[in-house]
Amino acid sequence: MATYAAPIPQVTAHRAEREGQGWTSWITTTDHKRIGIMYIVTTFIFFCLGGTEALMIRLQLGAPNNTLVTPEVYNQLFTMHGTTMVFLFIVPMMAGFGNYFLPLMIGARDMAFPRLNALSYWLLLAGGIVFYASVFWHPPEAGWISFIPLANSVYSPSGGEDAWIYLIHLTGLSSLLGAINFYATVANMRARGMSWGRLPLFVWAILTYSVLLILALPVVAAAVTMLLTERHFGTHFFDPTEGGSPVLWQNLFWFFGHPEVYIMVLPGFGIISEVLPVFARKPIFGYKAIAASTVGIAFLGFLTWAHHMFTAPIPEAILVFVMLSSYLIAVPTGVKILNWIGTLWRGAIEFTTPLLFCAGAIAIFMIGGISGVFLATFPIDWQVNETYFVVAHLHFVLLGGAVLPIFAAIYYWFPKITGRMLGERLGKLSFWLMFLGILITFMIQHAMGLEGMPRRIYEYDNVGHLALYNLISTVGAFIIAAGVISTIVNVWRSLKVGVIAGPDPWKANTLEWFTSSPPPVNNFDVVPVVRSAEPMKDIRHEVQRRTSGAGATVPAGATQVGA
Amino acid sequence: MNRIPAALSHVLPSALNLFAPVKGASPNAKEIHELYVITLVIALIIFFAVEGALGYALIKFRKRKGTVAQQIHGNTRLEIGWTSAAAVILLGLAILTFIKLPSIEDPPNSGPEGLSLSDVSEPGDLLYATSQQKLPPNKKALEITVIGRQYIWQYVYPGANEADGLGAPYSYEEMVVPTKTTVELNIVSEDVVHSWWIPELGGKFQAVPGYHNYTWFKVEKPGVFHGQCAVLCGRGHARMIATVRAEEPAEFEAWLAHQKQLIAQANEEAAKARKKLNTESGAGTVENP
Repeated sequence: MATYAAPIPQVTAHRAEREGQGWTSWITTTDHKRIGIMYIVTTFIFFCLGGTEALMIRLQLGAPNNTLVTPEVYNQLFTMHGTTMVFLFIVPMMAGFGNYFLPLMIGARDMAFPRLNALSYWLLLAGGIVFYASVFWHPPEAGWISFIPLANSVYSPSGGEDAWIYLIHLTGLSSLLGAINFYATVANMRARGMSWGRLPLFVWAILTYSVLLILALPVVAAAVTMLLTERHFGTHFFDPTEGGSPVLWQNLFWFFGHPEVYIMVLPGFGIISEVLPVFARKPIFGYKAIAASTVGIAFLGFLTWAHHMFTAPIPEAILVFVMLSSYLIAVPTGVKILNWIGTLWRGAIEFTTPLLFCAGAIAIFMIGGISGVFLATFPIDWQVNETYFVVAHLHFVLLGGAVLPIFAAIYYWFPKITGRMLGERLGKLSFWLMFLGILITFMIQHAMGLEGMPRRIYEYDNVGHLALYNLISTVGAFIIAAGVISTIVNVWRSLKVGVIAGPDPWKANTLEWFTSSPPPVNNFDVVPVVRSAEPMKDIRHEVQRRTSGAGATVPAGATQVGA
Repeated sequence: MNRIPAALSHVLPSALNLFAPVKGASPNAKEIHELYVITLVIALIIFFAVEGALGYALIKFRKRKGTVAQQIHGNTRLEIGWTSAAAVILLGLAILTFIKLPSIEDPPNSGPEGLSLSDVSEPGDLLYATSQQKLPPNKKALEITVIGRQYIWQYVYPGANEADGLGAPYSYEEMVVPTKTTVELNIVSEDVVHSWWIPELGGKFQAVPGYHNYTWFKVEKPGVFHGQCAVLCGRGHARMIATVRAEEPAEFEAWLAHQKQLIAQANEEAAKARKKLNTESGAGTVENP
């Protein structure tokens, strides 16, 4: 028998330990919620740093033959920007939300290994500090992919490149331990009745993210170790004059680098799959199809890395194979998008800020998905690869697949984390600024690339329309920044004056809304038995049925047990 | 009434041009452009259909008084339907690409008015896997070696004086080629990875140390084509410019002869200067081994 506390679907924590106070309680904590908050705050700070670097890049490119920054500084800026956004923002931000919400969503009281969890966070912070410390000496300048031979000791003698290597190692170890922790938690600590077919889709996404990290990270760890020994101990893995090969680096790095894209976007997809049904007031359309496509994308993601190398000297057979496998990955991705539209179809959609961010994310991601088909077609890739067309593509994919969902998650889960609602007006302003800013900044970059502007150049001549296009793009970047600042202001205000949220302000579907906001240290005194993929909906209906007296009509949806 | 289609016929091509690569002056670039435009049309149809469905759902099914959300969990037929539809579209795109591929990858013979050519040497045994060099049907083409180095492109033309390749005419930054002639490029690098790219003359190909990468182009009319290195190669990357100047075959031959003469002259002067320096410093007394 499930135990329900009537009349509000909420269990107050009686046997909870007292939460520690003061800063020492934060640095010694093993509570998944506090670690989650530290992850989210830390990675958001790195997001602001990476964003500032992006604005400096756009300022430099705002006018032809600009001399705002030197070529050296420019190369450092885009290296820092790319590395920060991938390794210090998107991936660990997803780990932050996973940390806070995965145990709550599956009805667990903490992660499987709480101390390992704390170690994951501190390794991430150490990686970030090591990397950003290089700003005071000499930041790396060989790009976020550290192209070899450019990144070896002959062409990049400064310690910045080594800082990059240690960043990969430390954040990689952090993610690897975190991934094992997530997997063990989901495998062992689910509430009674939460079978694999009732797992929230965000949990499916974090699970898949974890498996991808476990499979992909050792490869890049090996690759950067080889780079480290190449730089300092005289090995020749990548040196053709000694029997090594620079293409080996490209293979190793992209074997990690392509799954890394799905590591970044799958949790974003998971967030969209959680938020849409809540505000469309409908169950997710095609639960099994979405869960299966998540796993399908993850599997295919390991077969497509060489599409980053279409212009490298590789045999024709590989070009053809990788083109086909890259096409294939569009199928499960398309299935997801169509299922999301199916979720909205015939719903009663409430235009809250989280829903807006999710709908915008789908619209933006679509653009990146479609341009991806051009890049998968290798003869077309020969023209558009390594140009601003790719810059546009990857930003549409990552902004739509990860960044906008992260903002949706901030607005959706802020009430649970802090107990207060974020302001809707500032939230909507933030959404529209970011959405329009992204379109203005990046749509025109397709045209820039097609006109022949390669990426990673610090200046360009005033030929064709490049000056105008770049100016438009720069203006757009500042509109995005204004959108981000609106959210920061919103968070700042709401922490003090936000409306008190209560346990379940959105009338949502998953178990994190069953406990108080913010949740007590032990999360739940009583863990309910799960009867469907939407346990909170069941609980609300059950409470309604009991409180409205025996024999009352059962509301629509209450009897739908199991997906 | 006709104004709308008329306006569309003006706007559409310019929109397509905005979002399509340059038309190209070489058959491979032209074919890539065509493949791109066909893909773009298919992509735009799918794009507007899906974004349209998303927008329609958001507006039509927004919460109003009395709206009740339908508690639908899914539809297996629909899932199978759109999964197979997506697969069929992509299969179509793959077939289209395979149809276009030969005209993009395989170089044609030079025209009758092109430069008269000797056979292209097939690549010898190489230490590493390289991309395959595709030759024209009659195996005759002008082969130019493109050497990337920080931050300048060097081009080595056929016409060496000696068997070991010494004395071959070369040029920097600007490549001069004959029109109506198939030009084969053998792309190599001496330091870091670079990427050869002239948008109007086809796709880009990495120059990787230890590897050979190949491409080709064929220009019909004289002209100048601009490009630049497309892979980050260091601080001077943005200034690693490449230009191709196409000239009538006769003019090209004259230029090549002149270039050869200039190089010989410069070598002679350098030798003289070296000798002078050596005698002055006394190093000249040391016999060369």
